[in-house]
Amino acid sequence: MTAQVTAQGTPQSRRTVPVQQFLGLAGILGFLLTWELIPRAGIIEPRFLPPASEVMAELFRAFGLTAFWLSVGETMIAWFVGLLMAVAAALVLGFLIGSSAFLARATSSSVEFLRPIPSVALIPLAVLMFGVKIESSLMLIVYASFWQVFIQVLYGVADIDLVANNTAKSYGLGRMARIRYVVFPTALPYLMTGVRLAASVALILAITAELVIGSPGLGREIALAQSGGAISGMYALVLATGLIGVIINMLMRFIEKKTLSWHSSVRSEVVL
Amino acid sequence: MLVNEKPAVKDQPMLSVRDLKKVYKTDGGDVEAVRNLTFDLRPGELACLVGPSGSGKTTLLKCISGLMAPTEGEVLLNGTRVVGPPKKMAVVFQEYGRSLFPWMRVRQNVELPLKNHGVPKAERDHLVDEALEAVGLAHVPHSYPWQLSGGMQQRVAIARAVAYQPEVLLMDEPFAAVDAQTRADLEDLIRTVWKKLRVTVLFVTHDIDESVYLGERVIILSSSPTVVQEDIIIDLPEDRDQLNTRALPRFTELRHHVYEQIQLAKKGHRPAAAVVS
Amino acid sequence: MTWLKSLAYLVGLPLLLILIWWAATLGRPNFFFPAPGILMDTFGEVWFGERILSDVLPSLGRLLAGVAAAIGIGIAAGLLIGSVKWLRALLEPTLEFFRAVPPPVLVPVLMLLMGITDSMKVVVIISGCIWPVLLNTIEGVRAVDGVLSDSARTYGVAGWARVRYLVLPSASPQIMAGIRQCLSIGLILMVISEMFASSSGLGFTIVQFQRSFAIPEMWSGIIVLGLIGVAMSFIFQWTERRVLRWYHGQKEVENAG
Repeated sequence: MTAQVTAQGTPQSRRTVPVQQFLGLAGILGFLLTWELIPRAGIIEPRFLPPASEVMAELFRAFGLTAFWLSVGETMIAWFVGLLMAVAAALVLGFLIGSSAFLARATSSSVEFLRPIPSVALIPLAVLMFGVKIESSLMLIVYASFWQVFIQVLYGVADIDLVANNTAKSYGLGRMARIRYVVFPTALPYLMTGVRLAASVALILAITAELVIGSPGLGREIALAQSGGAISGMYALVLATGLIGVIINMLMRFIEKKTLSWHSSVRSEVVL
Repeated sequence: MLVNEKPAVKDQPMLSVRDLKKVYKTDGGDVEAVRNLTFDLRPGELACLVGPSGSGKTTLLKCISGLMAPTEGEVLLNGTRVVGPPKKMAVVFQEYGRSLFPWMRVRQNVELPLKNHGVPKAERDHLVDEALEAVGLAHVPHSYPWQLSGGMQQRVAIARAVAYQPEVLLMDEPFAAVDAQTRADLEDLIRTVWKKLRVTVLFVTHDIDESVYLGERVIILSSSPTVVQEDIIIDLPEDRDQLNTRALPRFTELRHHVYEQIQLAKKGHRPAAAVVS
Repeated sequence: MTWLKSLAYLVGLPLLLILIWWAATLGRPNFFFPAPGILMDTFGEVWFGERILSDVLPSLGRLLAGVAAAIGIGIAAGLLIGSVKWLRALLEPTLEFFRAVPPPVLVPVLMLLMGITDSMKVVVIISGCIWPVLLNTIEGVRAVDGVLSDSARTYGVAGWARVRYLVLPSASPQIMAGIRQCLSIGLILMVISEMFASSSGLGFTIVQFQRSFAIPEMWSGIIVLGLIGVAMSFIFQWTERRVLRWYHGQKEVENAG
């Protein structure tokens, strides 16, 4: 039977890949063309929505400006530092709480209540405590992305318990060997899922803090461009944030794939 | 049980496969899965289709059930050419775990095809009850399929097919994934259902014993590209029994014969007619 | 006694935290962190009055409208795009880009295009939180099992019946995961659209309190937002458990076996 399955499935899909990529490209071009035509046809006034060509030109001009890259740098630093702090805290607390049944039970109600609190609720507090400094961004980023990783680490540790118990019982592995061969490989896929989710959440909160509070970065530049009437510039910056989002997604997927390439079960998207 | 709108003309085959050919187009060139297949099933016949693995059994079944268009040739159901899944045909797949709707309970699974064809509620209930009774699952109508064992899931799939009242029942290695004891039970179930309903059954299998035990007729396929290697009548008594039938000298003879033919097919031997074409 | 133990686990840590908080603010009042008692009083004063009508309910209404529309449009469009192969190939890269755009940047853009209106805030919510629903639905539709799809075809289940009995339930785990993301993004967008551009609503009120250094009032607002988040999360989990009972059951059986 296998002969038919391969004859039917794989080669066909291999053939359609270039066609799909071509269609995808056509889709992007179609979107840009529609965007170009809407202001040109006067459906929306160009002073509110400049044509795509104008915005793209503005974006490429921005690529040549130091100020643009400085803003990108500020956003990315807030993103990276915030993500790092969140992952570190989530790892420590996750392993600590996850490996004790008592702690896990005692904290679960608090976690259930704290986790859904939208991090943007902390904006006024951040403003009061840190003003428009990068710390404001960090506070929001860390709070929001912490839970993504923390929950996944808890899942991961819960998964280890079963495996570790059985393995330890049957083979009598030492502590170091257990960590190396059981704990780490079991928890890693969960951790990576958490980090990937946290990475995109962290970007959202970085931009939010800059936009609403005014801490330095691309978000603030967008708000400034909007209030200053530099409309093409604003759209160009919005596109730039989207590109950063795409790059972060691709990067995280790549890292996840690399670190988990040896792992038998590629974890599905549904598990959140 | 089976009510035909226009009674089939005597001797007109229920299912007719004519010069069927299926070629898959791939980057690495064309792959000929089925070369030239021709056979007929009379109304009410129970035939087994057996062949070495990789002999295009699944491809053939997909063409017959209208899930896939043949490259050449045609399939006729009651004289009408099959172009899509025909209404009077039901298929039981090997992968029971993937052919039942996991979000529906057993009863809903059996009921869905009837509901979809607008069968009135009272008749539907009657048919579903009868079908569940026939496969011995009257006690679990409110379970989800995944709460049942593999054999029981396949029973649900069979009940769904039976309740649908098809003229032709196709079965694609339905018992390949269940354990041996369950398998024997399910084989007897098929015989019972068939005797009761006299529906035309085409049962695809790679198991030689199973084909001889179940079928009134066994069609042996060659290895790929597939043709009919041999078509034999199983002249065993109609009432079959796992112990006694399998102990009959005739059963052993037939089994032996089919086994030899399959071995020949594996070695690449082809019937004279196919070699010429 | 088991329920007593469960209760202790449930309220133990929260009570302990409140106690620590109360003890910490006992001697020397902290400017940033008001004592629990003061906060409780303020909470009642501030939110159990006309503010419910003037700020809380309108905010919630916009959130609800935006999220409901995003879920509805997302699922409908996802079903369409997911079922048509060439359409999916055509649109997917563009949609992935839209998903990657951090939704808050839509606030200034839509403010410009639509002005500062209620409908602008709803559109901000829709256009920010539709993407996870849309893309997850597409993914779910694409992943419908081949054998199950063949089974449905052989029994003549096609058209709307196919969507209702096969595609939609089969994609529901992915759709629910998308809705979960959609809800949290929606709440974020509700708050910042009001913080950024508004003269009423929860986000606006909280920022006003902060600007006038009304710290207990500001905290009470943060608590309101927290409660909304918690309530949404509980409603979602309750719904998810009902909708996906079969899915969780099936997973459990698979994992056990």
